[in-house]
Amino acid sequence: MNANDAAVIIGAYEHPGRELPDKSLAQIHAEVAIGALADAGLTLDDVDGFFLGHDAPGYGGGWVSMAEYLGLRSLTYMDSTESGGASPIYHVSHAAAAIAAGKCNVALITLAGKPRTGIQPGGGGPLRPEDSFEMGMFTGAGLVSTYALAAQRHMYEYGTTSEQLAEIKVAATIHASHNPNAFLQKVMTVEDVVNSPLVADPLHRADCCLVTDGGGAVVVVSREVARSLNRQPVKILGQGEAAKLTDGGRVDLTYTSAVQSGPRAFEQAGVTVNDIDYVSIYDSFTITVLEILEDLGFCEKGEGGRFVMDGTLVAPHGRLPFNTDGGGLSNNHPGHRGGITKIIEAVRQLRGEANQGVQVPDCEIALVHGNGGDLGTRMRSATMILGRDA
Amino acid sequence: MLPAPKPVVNPDTAEFWKATAEGRFLGRRCDDCGEAIWYPRPICPFCHSANTRWEEFTGLGSVYSYSVVHRAGGEWKGVTPYVLAYVELDEGPRMMTNIVDCDVDEVAIGDKVEVVFEDTGDGNALPRFRPVQSQSAQSQTAQSQTA
Repeated sequence: MNANDAAVIIGAYEHPGRELPDKSLAQIHAEVAIGALADAGLTLDDVDGFFLGHDAPGYGGGWVSMAEYLGLRSLTYMDSTESGGASPIYHVSHAAAAIAAGKCNVALITLAGKPRTGIQPGGGGPLRPEDSFEMGMFTGAGLVSTYALAAQRHMYEYGTTSEQLAEIKVAATIHASHNPNAFLQKVMTVEDVVNSPLVADPLHRADCCLVTDGGGAVVVVSREVARSLNRQPVKILGQGEAAKLTDGGRVDLTYTSAVQSGPRAFEQAGVTVNDIDYVSIYDSFTITVLEILEDLGFCEKGEGGRFVMDGTLVAPHGRLPFNTDGGGLSNNHPGHRGGITKIIEAVRQLRGEANQGVQVPDCEIALVHGNGGDLGTRMRSATMILGRDA
Repeated sequence: MLPAPKPVVNPDTAEFWKATAEGRFLGRRCDDCGEAIWYPRPICPFCHSANTRWEEFTGLGSVYSYSVVHRAGGEWKGVTPYVLAYVELDEGPRMMTNIVDCDVDEVAIGDKVEVVFEDTGDGNALPRFRPVQSQSAQSQTAQSQTA
């Protein structure tokens, strides 16, 4: 059986908090786990598959410590695939494959972080082979400035403008204004975005995602388990993974590994860009969205700037509504990782449970794309196509 | 002057960092497929041959992309605005680095640049790049491109 036919997403939950000084990181993982399971009509006792990225605290890439913390006693499958913020999008497809292989039946995927009120995740010291040649301490490179290198080159090659990048943020803020939990409630204009302070030219503060505490979780189960539950499932139609590395120094900053992960997902799902009703696009920065839209084939390479103008991305009636929760740019980017919220909002859209004002009419097929790593150096992509269950 | 902390030296890169103390900019070249390799390592990432060797690169190149950084953390907080860039070396690879000794508002994609070494105080130096000023250096760049 195709792994995607064997399993469905049955539960999804986003933590309502954006500043959580009084909760531990493990507690946030626990709360979103329980929330997603409750959405599905399940409990922690039902979980036999556990999937986490390295945002989870503790041993085993987090899963050992978190399984202990949660009291998961029935685990038959564990996966700590780490791909930055995109990790949960990998986890959903890995969970589907594990379920298809008979390794587990109820897979729990969690993500959480608290960079606003706790310690920053990641770190680990300069031990990687490339570090002395490009790490922040040697070049002053930071996350914003390396993405700025990509934006600058895209502008140079294709004439993309700051105003066009700003359109992406504007659409996100319009969506967030319909989301009572969104961190940013105020609608911004293109002028507001380009007049916000330059962090690393050409990226302004408003081109950057939020820093929020919080998290989310999703539950993937076998078809058989889903039939026993009273909750609308979401089908996993196709998935593709890819990596783009620095290639012996032949870096090209104008595209992402979505050029490979996208076609893999479309082929498996048997659909094209024209079939997509809604997209959750990883939005660490406005330039991330723009390059990914091009790379997935929603427009020609270099045309992204023109594509996003005139409300293309604005729900419910734009040509390609995106990130209708407000995304990482305006709603939530918990622990500097936007993967889980991308999945959750796609599930909401396919179930018809998005916020009033941004629900895409008759939303049947959604695309979720995550970008882990750095547009300015090396990255990994995961594309997933989800479908409403008939 | 930008911060210049001592690099992490490992067996792959010891020769590179040693040469920086003498003002020489080394890269790695594969003798099987002929490609120049960045960052330096003994296995060729193009053809996977171990038949690679050190080569003294010209230290000349052009700006592939750049960002004038206005906000930074740690030691870099005090040196804003500074220029982060990718320089395309005349040998082919693009390396992340800084453009120094320049008016940050004048840097542009395509600018010709040359390597400078900034002492770490630990027996080696970090390679950075500055705009090529003199006519002779310009023609040297042109020569190396046609070579």
